[in-house]
Amino acid sequence: MTVELLKELSDAVIDGNKDKSVELTNKLLDLGMNAKDILDNGLLPGMEVVGIRFRDNIIFVPQVLISARAMKSSLALLEPLLSKAELKGSGTVIIGTVKGDIHDIGKNIVAMMLRSSGFSVIDLGIDTRAEKFLDAIKKENAEIVGMSALLTTTMGYMKTVIDRIKEENILVKVMVGGAPISKAFADQIGADGYAKNATDAVKLAKSLIGIVTKEETVE
Amino acid sequence: MNKFLEAVKSGKVLLCDGAMGTELQKRNLPSGACPEEYNISHPEIVRSIHKDYFDAGSDIVETNTFGANRARLKLHGYENRVREFCLAAVSLAKSVCPEGKFVAGSVGPTGDLLEPLGNLPEQEAYDIFAEQIKALEEGGADAVYVETMMAVEEAVIAVKAAKENTSLPVVASMTFELGNAGLRTMWGVDIKTSIEKYSEAGADVIGANCGKGFDEMIAIVKEMRPLTQKPIIAQSNAGIPEWIHGISVYTETPEVMSPKAEEILKSGVNIIGGCCGTGPAHIKRIREILDRLADYHI
Ligand code: B12
Repeated sequence: MTVELLKELSDAVIDGNKDKSVELTNKLLDLGMNAKDILDNGLLPGMEVVGIRFRDNIIFVPQVLISARAMKSSLALLEPLLSKAELKGSGTVIIGTVKGDIHDIGKNIVAMMLRSSGFSVIDLGIDTRAEKFLDAIKKENAEIVGMSALLTTTMGYMKTVIDRIKEENILVKVMVGGAPISKAFADQIGADGYAKNATDAVKLAKSLIGIVTKEETVE
Repeated sequence: MNKFLEAVKSGKVLLCDGAMGTELQKRNLPSGACPEEYNISHPEIVRSIHKDYFDAGSDIVETNTFGANRARLKLHGYENRVREFCLAAVSLAKSVCPEGKFVAGSVGPTGDLLEPLGNLPEQEAYDIFAEQIKALEEGGADAVYVETMMAVEEAVIAVKAAKENTSLPVVASMTFELGNAGLRTMWGVDIKTSIEKYSEAGADVIGANCGKGFDEMIAIVKEMRPLTQKPIIAQSNAGIPEWIHGISVYTETPEVMSPKAEEILKSGVNIIGGCCGTGPAHIKRIREILDRLADYHI
């Protein structure tokens, strides 16, 4: 029974049916299932499908946003019940669109998919300066920082941020993305990773987190 | 009939201009600065770009007002200067516009998501576009260009705002890219839907701008041409820029572009021009092709 409900919950997220996903989440909680299991076996698998379909052009930006809303509404019910450790999940990611750039649709989707995969994500928004990235990385003791840029005139700023991170010897993994970014560019500026889309961004974040652990982080 | 529409329907292909944004960047518009504010603070730069395009052979130039709407200007704290920026923009373009040529008012997306996806109510989007487009008409624009649209709902609102509040002809385009599902906007809108919705809303010219470059633009025009009787506009990017040794380089130079532009012309467009990355040199090339094909009628 609960297995079927979990499957229905995944489908509700995929279809972007917010009312249904909230209803199912409540039902599963009433049945005594723990919040973490609902998240891992209902919401997250749904969001994963959404990410893959988006990558493959089966669905487009609006459907992703609608699914994200369904997922968020359910997550809001679970959050008070998740322990701090569970909430933090795989690790903390600071994400933002770099200075001079206001494109945020792709960055928001990446942030959402990371959240859906168990990362704790702090979104600094658009037009983000180096200081703001650095402050947030330190304050949150983040494992990963993600930068997004959609303009060739702003992508260079990623290097500015990376240089500052290196100068201050902050141990954090840097991943970059956005339409004009390439693997070659990412290597050139000294980023730890590049991902072409949100699904790959999650994979990348997971592989990066395999390398850093909190203990190593120095401030 | 309106002079602009008369020219469009004359059977002669009209040449629009190339990019404004990337030309401003070449002239040191700082990254992140508000391009539309340059109409006030750096009028000589904006005017010289228009003049370069007219000199290169453009029949139409677009005003520096792509982001001159309340929603976009708000990011710079200029939300109350929509009319001022638009009036200045039109006047700059007109000051160098030769007799018989045209000035079109550029209207880009709000950058916000409409309800229920986002927080922008439909009525507010309508008011935002109406405010900008009325100012463009007041300034004396000959037409309005609704461009780089990706969400069909927003695109239609912009066209309606133009049609219901001004008597300007409306040129309306969206940005398509080729993916597994064919040519679509980021919002998933295909060419057929775009044509249907724009036609219903009353657009006078329909087409595509921006995108991945001239090759895809050829495919777009070929798909579009059999689907509508309306005049078609195509304004391609000069490819997708690459970052080479710290500078941004668009890959489609005028030379690379030439044969592709010719193919677009032969595929039945009525207005051709360029978008991001194209400059006066591209436009000059297309003018040469047009002159060579002078006998070529659609
Ligand atoms: C929508 C859009 C806008 C909207 C932005 C609205 C918003 N709230 O974001 C508006 C209209 C405001 C806008 C403005 C401008 N734009 Co614009 N815009 C676009 C457009 C059409 C789509 C971008 C988008 O949202 N894509 C959808 C998302 C889902 O894809 P994505 O961003 O690539 O993200 C995916 C991946 O890249 C990756 N990813 C993204 N971020 C990250 C981060 C990390 C860490 C990782 C791992 C992965 C990752 O995952 C995402 C999901 O799969 C693009 C063209 C294009 N097709 O790319 C032009 C484009 C980016 N814009 C362009 C330009 C020139 C401008 C303007 C300068 C125009 C002007 N003259 O004013 C202004 C700039 C304003 C500014 N200072 O930033 C050019 C940039 C050219 C260049 N490379 O320099 C483009 C490429 C158009 C073109 N073909 O030339 N734009």
